[in-house]
Amino acid sequence: MVLPRSEMEFLQPESWAEALAVRAAYPEALPVAGGTDVMVELNFARRRPPALLDLGRVAGLADWGTEDGLLRLGAGVPYRRIVTELAGRAPGLAMAARTIGSAQIRNRGTVGGNLGSASPAGDALPPLLAAGALVELASVRGVRRVPVAGFCTGPKRSMLAPDELIAAVLLPPDAGPEQFAKVGTRNAMVIAVCSFALALRPVSRTVGTGIGSAAPTPVRAAAAEELLVAELPWADRAALPEPLVRRFGELVAAAASPIDDVRGTAAYRRHALGVLAGRAVRRAWAEHRRGGVRG
Amino acid sequence: MRIDCVVNGEPRRADDVWAGESLLHVLRERLGLPGAKNACEQGECGSCTVYLDGKPVCACLVPAGQARGREVVTVEGLGDGDLHPVQRAFIAAGAVQCGFCTPGLIVAVHDLLARTPSPAEEEIREALAGNLCRCTGYEKILTAVRLAAGREHES
Ligand SMILES: Cc1cc2nc3c(=O)[nH]c(=O)nc-3n(C[C@H](O)[C@H](O)[C@H](O)COP(=O)(O)OP(=O)(O)OC[C@H]3O[C@@H](n4cnc5c(N)ncnc54)[C@H](O)[C@@H]3O)c2cc1C
Ligand code: FES
Ligand code: FES
Repeated sequence: MVLPRSEMEFLQPESWAEALAVRAAYPEALPVAGGTDVMVELNFARRRPPALLDLGRVAGLADWGTEDGLLRLGAGVPYRRIVTELAGRAPGLAMAARTIGSAQIRNRGTVGGNLGSASPAGDALPPLLAAGALVELASVRGVRRVPVAGFCTGPKRSMLAPDELIAAVLLPPDAGPEQFAKVGTRNAMVIAVCSFALALRPVSRTVGTGIGSAAPTPVRAAAAEELLVAELPWADRAALPEPLVRRFGELVAAAASPIDDVRGTAAYRRHALGVLAGRAVRRAWAEHRRGGVRG
Repeated sequence: MRIDCVVNGEPRRADDVWAGESLLHVLRERLGLPGAKNACEQGECGSCTVYLDGKPVCACLVPAGQARGREVVTVEGLGDGDLHPVQRAFIAAGAVQCGFCTPGLIVAVHDLLARTPSPAEEEIREALAGNLCRCTGYEKILTAVRLAAGREHES
């Protein structure tokens, strides 16, 4: 449906407290960060909110740093800075960020916007899932931190309350080898046909996974994680047994619940996920064997 | 609403801007700067690429209000009264056919070369991945980038 132009306000808070107050007073106002999802909807007259709530000048929202021993990434940090500044601390997320859109899109798009849109194809979400990230939600009522795993509740739906804003994501500091891969028709400018993220944590001998574009929300592959935890040759860093790689790929594919759509069939998605998972674990394990534990 | 910003080094003002309007619309329809092109309005083609505070962005995806007080540079602002060397390289290489993609590409290449004066082939391709051209087949555009980077002997 094409909607005509309408009365629309432009609200432009400069502090976080002010942004939360505006959000509470005016929950119908649509937050806008980088605008790369919101503006498409406005340009094509698919959406006519009574107001835009610009988060672009909120002090601190585009900062990152450490807090409580966690890496705290402000919701407004654009992908470009994640690629250039956080490849060491959040390697999986940085790899995913580099695949998003184009240079122009990465200069503007944010993780807060990716979470806000809650698309099953959001590329920032699988690496956040794999890393066990928390999402910090804030309102005038207070602050809560929720696992990213439960944040998306369906396609384009999330647990964000009408008076809440996404403040940040929090990532554990003990990054180990991480991988992200996505399947699409080009290297750039593609919505993933499917994607996969893996995080190995050699110190705690734990494993995280995230699958994108192959279920109503990004999902973990729990059984596949358990397999690697139990069977990776953690102690002697021996070569990866091929049957383990194969079994891992099968369990990742089984964890997805893909559909047929214009971008690919369910069967293709399952197959591709198995391939991506095998590739990811080979690369991550090779990095572990080469480099030892990264801090 | 009113938008005051600096465009191509000059303070500019636009009044009665609709809150949902894009920076691209303001530049083209209100400030008389039709260099940045409106082709897809969804971030897919890069024809509308301009600098916003020094970073190339799709002007079609910037709510105009976000440009308040910011600095915008469009293709019109790149040359110093004359064509910029990147523009001359596009002409010399025959990288312009219908020209619709050209202003966006010029800004993207200008940014690439400012950051990476001698980009590798893969760096050129990654930097220009968000700019579509439906005429040239891209080869001449790549030649123009090499030319502008002073590597014309390689093309
Ligand atoms: C050409 C093109 C290519 C793209 N390619 C990709 C791709 O490869 N992979 C991918 O994942 N995405 C892609 N996208 C989609 C988009 O760029 C991403 O989803 C991006 O992360 C959105 O961030 P943003 O800051 O621009 O969000 P906006 O458009 O500003 O906002 C998106 C949504 O999040 C809400 N929101 C934003 N910030 C907050 C906050 N702090 N608190 C609460 N709600 C908030 C907004 O209200 C809105 O509902 C592409 C988009 C375009 C136009
Ligand atoms: S018109 Fe803006 S990217 Fe195509
Ligand atoms: S010259 Fe026609 S679109 Fe590029």
